[in-house]
Amino acid sequence: MIYLNAFLVCGTLSLMGQLIYDNTKLTPGHITSIFVVLGAFLDLFHIYDMILNFGGMGASIPITSFGHSLMHAAMEKVQDIGFLGLAIGMFDMVAPGISAAIFFAFLTAMIFKAKS
Amino acid sequence: MKTVLFNNVYVKARATAVGPMEKEGPLAALFDKTYDDLYCSETTFEKAERILVSDACDIALRKAKLKVNDLDLVIGGDLINQLTSSHYFARDLDCSFIGMYGACSTSSLVIGQGALWLEHALDKNVMCFTSSHNATAERQFRYPNEYGVQKKECTTYTVTGAGACILTKEPTAIKVSAFSVGQIIDWDQSDVNDMGKAMAPAAYETLCAHLKNRNLKIEDYDAIVTGDLSKIGFSFLCDMLLEKEMVIDNRLNDCGLMIYDLNEQNVFAGGSGCACSMCVSMSKLLNEVEQGKYKRLLVIATGALLSTVATQQKESIPCIAHAIEYEWRNME
Repeated sequence: MIYLNAFLVCGTLSLMGQLIYDNTKLTPGHITSIFVVLGAFLDLFHIYDMILNFGGMGASIPITSFGHSLMHAAMEKVQDIGFLGLAIGMFDMVAPGISAAIFFAFLTAMIFKAKS
Repeated sequence: MKTVLFNNVYVKARATAVGPMEKEGPLAALFDKTYDDLYCSETTFEKAERILVSDACDIALRKAKLKVNDLDLVIGGDLINQLTSSHYFARDLDCSFIGMYGACSTSSLVIGQGALWLEHALDKNVMCFTSSHNATAERQFRYPNEYGVQKKECTTYTVTGAGACILTKEPTAIKVSAFSVGQIIDWDQSDVNDMGKAMAPAAYETLCAHLKNRNLKIEDYDAIVTGDLSKIGFSFLCDMLLEKEMVIDNRLNDCGLMIYDLNEQNVFAGGSGCACSMCVSMSKLLNEVEQGKYKRLLVIATGALLSTVATQQKESIPCIAHAIEYEWRNME
């Protein structure tokens, strides 16, 4: 059942992205940003946490999860240390993701060459 | 729109060099040199494009039995910023050089310009070339290929290749008879993924102006070939002509639709790039003129003069089309 849930959540998000890309003039950059904002927005009333519980990895892999993590970590820090926590905590949860992206991009660039 | 007529300009030799995708296309046998990889045994795509230019020019000179010293002037252009391929190639030539930019319309522009120089100012030979490379052009105008962005069905596939021709005053079977210098047409289209549709009005305006200035009809041409309008732009052009009640009957074609097999090859709506019209006209089309199958041929190379900065600032895409007319001349 967990596989089906993951597929449904991730599939729905991907379908939304594809529909936007096919039917508007928005570029992939625009769409990615929209999804980040959407994820951050869904942190409201912990909606995205519910989606995460339901969909598991299916909800944490898409870029919406990035927006949610930004918001979630920032809000947590705010509760700890007040307003400044917004800036301090924002990247707490996404730091591993960003570091991994940089590291693996570096490795890939070292080993491979563009084919076309 | 101005149409200039020429009395003493002929095509002495022409050559093409292309990449792997074009080698798999229907015109493969007509190209002089083909490569199996996009790098052409070089380390970067930019250097590979330069190799294609140098091959095309080298083969053209050999076919004409000329040396670089025999050239009065070389005119070239490509799609990368600062005309990198053309200028870096011309660095090694000991010859006067003009670099020109007209996006994908550059092919007709350089030949027309070369013909003008030859008709009015120079005595010997003028060499004209253009080049484009899929990987360098995609990076320049859209996204780098390795970014892996999903392409839309209406995009075109930039041709990897280069074409060169040598114009001369000595009569040969192929005469360059007229050149219509296009004007910029902008119908307020701003989709960078559908440049064919943006360019079709420019092709239409140039075609109508050329026919009017020459006092000819479409029926007087054996073929009228546009540069790289894509499936969408080409049908748009046909619609506009039919609306004006012009008779097309199979005389119209598009280089971008000829160079690839659209059903078999994954090239979206057709080929584009300034090598597209150059490679097709220098091989297939001028072969037909040389053999007398086409008595009169019109090549309308179309160019979308977009600036990536301007389109990001939500400006529309200005387009242009230049037409070159070739005539078959009986050598017997």
